[in-house]
Amino acid sequence: MSDAPTLAVESLRTHFFTKSGVVKAVDDVGFTVGAGKVLGIVGESGSGKTVTAFSIIGLVDPPGRIVGGRVLFKGEELVGAPEERLRHLRGSRIAMIFQDPMMTLNPVLRIDTQMIEAVRAHDSAVGKDEARGRARDALGRVGIPSPDERLRGYPHQFSGGMRQRVAIAIALLNKPDLVIADEPTTALDVTIQGQILYEAQKLCRETGAAMIWITHDLSVIAGLADEVCVMYAGRVVESGAVDQVLDAPLHPYTRGLIGSVPSRNARGRPLMQIPGMTPSLIDLPPGCAFRTRCARADAACAETPPMTEPLPGRKMRCFHPHLGASA
Amino acid sequence: MLVYLIRRLMQSVVVLCVMSLLVFLGVFAIGDPVQILINPLADQAEIDRATAALGLDQPLWRQYWLFLVNAARGDLGRSFVYNVPAIGLILERMPATLELAVTATFFGVILGVPLGMLAGLKPASPVGKSIMAASILGFSLPTFWVGLMLIMVFAVELGWLPSTGRGAATCSLLGLKFSLCTVDGLRHILLPALNLALFKLSLVIRLSRAGTREVVLQDYVKFARAKGLPQSRVVWLHVFKNITIPIVTVLGLELGSTIAFAVVTEWIFAWPGMGKLIIESINVLDRPVIVAYLLVIVFMFIVINLAVDVAYSVLDPRVRLSEQRA
Ligand SMILES: Nc1ncnc2c1ncn2[C@@H]1O[C@H](COP(=O)(O)OP(=O)(O)O)[C@@H](O)[C@H]1O
Ligand code: SF4
Ligand SMILES: [Mg+2]
Repeated sequence: MSDAPTLAVESLRTHFFTKSGVVKAVDDVGFTVGAGKVLGIVGESGSGKTVTAFSIIGLVDPPGRIVGGRVLFKGEELVGAPEERLRHLRGSRIAMIFQDPMMTLNPVLRIDTQMIEAVRAHDSAVGKDEARGRARDALGRVGIPSPDERLRGYPHQFSGGMRQRVAIAIALLNKPDLVIADEPTTALDVTIQGQILYEAQKLCRETGAAMIWITHDLSVIAGLADEVCVMYAGRVVESGAVDQVLDAPLHPYTRGLIGSVPSRNARGRPLMQIPGMTPSLIDLPPGCAFRTRCARADAACAETPPMTEPLPGRKMRCFHPHLGASA
Repeated sequence: MLVYLIRRLMQSVVVLCVMSLLVFLGVFAIGDPVQILINPLADQAEIDRATAALGLDQPLWRQYWLFLVNAARGDLGRSFVYNVPAIGLILERMPATLELAVTATFFGVILGVPLGMLAGLKPASPVGKSIMAASILGFSLPTFWVGLMLIMVFAVELGWLPSTGRGAATCSLLGLKFSLCTVDGLRHILLPALNLALFKLSLVIRLSRAGTREVVLQDYVKFARAKGLPQSRVVWLHVFKNITIPIVTVLGLELGSTIAFAVVTEWIFAWPGMGKLIIESINVLDRPVIVAYLLVIVFMFIVINLAVDVAYSVLDPRVRLSEQRA
């Protein structure tokens, strides 16, 4: 139990049962994150990253449902765990930061209300004043000037970057063991992005929390994460240590993603774009979901490729990986 | 804030003037009260005398001017029928209507918000569907029919509650009579208030349900849950506070129109309110009472709208009164 990783996700499957069909938003996803480590999850919009995150903390709402797999938090099974147990873990042991800071804070409640309640929901023995003190310190730590004054403000009085800092402060209030950051910088200016990235990273390192950093931008992952999972159409198509995956991607999709990052292209050459579009996840046919866009696709790809480990620590799902050839 | 209120009050004076002219012209157009008031066998001389006594021999613009001058001194004319100040007649009846309307609105909110939120949280469940079905029924059943049914069941069959009047025991406050403060008064108001509440209840259920369904999808609700807050706090603080604004808006307008048009219910339950007075006054073309009544109602709408705007600024920190269009 003691040497169980902070989080282990195994064969997680979360489907949405909509009127127009079953959306397999997450279909056999697995990874582990150890204490103090950062796992990056990369994938295009709609690849199932957010649904994966909500599945972990048990916040998938109907018509969605976890239909299979395990979520082990420090060895404890969370799939099917009682709601009261999940509520206790949420916000205290496992915290989440959302994508759009303009939407994550309640517009009609003051910042102090929203912070104090997060402390007292998990420890009713903490008095209002003490909780307020913790909230003020947390705001100070994420670099918000004159936190005492700002505590009495409403969300609309904060800029997007400041709101995301508040959200990070709330997430870290109870010193969680795992922080899930779902594209926390996507909605922000580039300069602010860098600052937020730096703050979040620093804070996690200080507290020793494990972190899952979700993004659609590979370049963010490079300097931040230890390991990376590349998701495509609800599946992990490739995973491994960040440096190795970025230097020598095995999966054609990962190669395509790397090719579309500006800094990795030689100056003056046009960006390589992956041709085609992400397939609709409604009633997705079996087989490799990438085959409609893949240059290497052949008849074999009509079967769903299994997860294999062609090199130690390197997992991927593809019948014709880029083995041997360098990126 | 203060500047805003003063500006709003000045605008309402203009609104009142315009409304008084419209009302005056409208009432003038509907017929000659002398024909109704006077003995049908009276001769022309008697008719002329009566016309002059009521000031109806003057040209219209002069009548209106006299009315304005008197109104500025708080005198809205004397009832042709009762020969007492019209405004006095109305104020005497107003508490009855006010307490009926407020009680009905209270029922609508206290029952409608929780039911609507429940239906909004569980739209697909049998409970949610039944609540919705009931609210559709509440919208479509005619008020007078429901009123008669209430009387049939609770007053006639079961004999639990009285069906007419305000009850003998009323208490006075500032010279006005209220029945809410005695048990007998409460027993009397229950049926008419429920009758009047029916439409409002249905409305509040729909508003709360629609608001809840929209708000629960917002990120901030999910974030509140991700903080590990108990469900009760998520619903009663994070969701509730965000659905109050449309409810307050509609209820403000509803309260106004309930006060103005409680006529049917007042008639069925013989509730001695303004509704009965105005119907009787229209029947006999008692112009001063009609005019005074309509102006009181206009004034009330102005006050309620102002109260709703102030309520916005309390409920939603993003609203600042000074910036708002009035
Ligand atoms: N409530 C829902 N109902 C139906 N489909 C959903 C719902 N939420 C998400 N999905 C589907 O799940 C898929 C993955 O979504 P998401 O995890 O948000 O993607 P990402 O975060 O990677 O952009 C999408 O195809 C989306 O359409
Ligand atoms: S399995 Fe086939 S289609 Fe899928 S990525 Fe590999 S080569 Fe391309
Ligand atoms: Mg997402």
